[in-house]
Amino acid sequence: MNWEVIGSYLPLYWKAMLLTLRIGWIGIAFAILIGILVAIVRFYKVPVASQIAGVYIEIFRNTPLLVQLFFLYFALPRIGIPMKADFCGALGLALLGGSYMAETFRSGLESVAKIQTESALSLGMNKSQMVLHIIFPQAFSRSVPSFVANIIFLLKETSVFSAISLMDLMFTAKDLIGLYYKTSECLVLLVVFYALILIPVSVLGDRLERRVRHAEFGD
Amino acid sequence: MSKREEIIRVDHITKRYDENAVLDDFSLSVHEGEVVVIVGPSGCGKSTILRIMNGLEPIQKGEVTYRGEKVDGKLGSITRIREKVGMVFQSYELFPHKTILQNIMLASILVQKRDRREVKEEALQLLARVGLSEKKDAYPRQLSGGQKQRVAIVRALAMHPEVLLFDEVTAALDPEMVREVLDVLLSLAKEGKTMVIVTHEMSFAKAVADRVIFLDGGHMEEEGTASEFFDHPKTERAKQFLHTFTYDKVERE
Repeated sequence: MNWEVIGSYLPLYWKAMLLTLRIGWIGIAFAILIGILVAIVRFYKVPVASQIAGVYIEIFRNTPLLVQLFFLYFALPRIGIPMKADFCGALGLALLGGSYMAETFRSGLESVAKIQTESALSLGMNKSQMVLHIIFPQAFSRSVPSFVANIIFLLKETSVFSAISLMDLMFTAKDLIGLYYKTSECLVLLVVFYALILIPVSVLGDRLERRVRHAEFGD
Repeated sequence: MSKREEIIRVDHITKRYDENAVLDDFSLSVHEGEVVVIVGPSGCGKSTILRIMNGLEPIQKGEVTYRGEKVDGKLGSITRIREKVGMVFQSYELFPHKTILQNIMLASILVQKRDRREVKEEALQLLARVGLSEKKDAYPRQLSGGQKQRVAIVRALAMHPEVLLFDEVTAALDPEMVREVLDVLLSLAKEGKTMVIVTHEMSFAKAVADRVIFLDGGHMEEEGTASEFFDHPKTERAKQFLHTFTYDKVERE
């Protein structure tokens, strides 16, 4: 292991990590938004929208991100919709993540007993008060474990961004190996940087889980 | 009794699930200050009556009114009516993500827009009344069934309802917790609160009821004062029903 080499590669990896984080978080933020909307549409069985949402979920959950990215990046420009690589990456992640988040939130909503709704209504609450104060908080606290798992999964999925020539961690590692053949150094750095991104997320996720679920489930 | 003002009127209602009639041409009126107890075998439609009074179940025929106003879950006026018609469920249904105090205060603040300080003060007084002051910051999961049910009653009381509906509130409790909950109901009855109670606790029913309604198969089979019904039931069906609660001493040969 050549530490000098590692030292000289660090700035390149750092830059790549920032790109992974930037696109990753934008994608995940939109994934959460899509997830909430789609889950509500599915849960309340909004006519037409619910069916469309169902098709969306099935398509994006059952195809690999790599294929989705190829489609967005290479196929859409052919029919006149040009795509920039970083926009494409974020969009792909948001659509894939949205389908996962939607199912997570929907199962959370379904886990709240119907009689809790009635309990809230019988106290004179209107529908929006009931949903906002009684249903959503309980649904979310039950969704948290799989919500956190989804975020970790999506951040790891960003490793396919290199396929659409985004200079993320994976791209940088492959590039450097191709140029200088310092394979072990490059791969060690790759592991270290992914861990650097994901371990804090995992720790924060744990905290969130404990905090949100404490009230209902105890320690 | 009849001079008192009528609060809830159930007028010839029919309730069907699919093809089965749960309630068939059922009528009832509840007057101010009255304690009406509904008894009957399981599945006879007792709980359904309470749920209909709270606008939680659609009905196929007839009408329910609260002080002359139609009770219908689909109408905008229902939230105003529900503020006045408190309901306590068999399974407590406290909100698990809120503390005991928050459970009690939530609707008063959210729905009635009352002053937070005043609501809190009253909530604490109510909790003290049922002997649960020290639980104010606990979560529902940390309470026993009987304690949860007492909180649920307090939560309903915090809205200052005119009528309280109790749906088998002790049916899910261990025997030794039944008493602590029924004592709360008895004290409310002494205060002159208007209540409609569905229960399987016959000796309690006898103690608390001004009027007993015996329901079977969706029909009102018999109606009378507590002593009329329990000591001198008129119908064969009521006699048979009451008999299931008494046991003769086993004579050994």
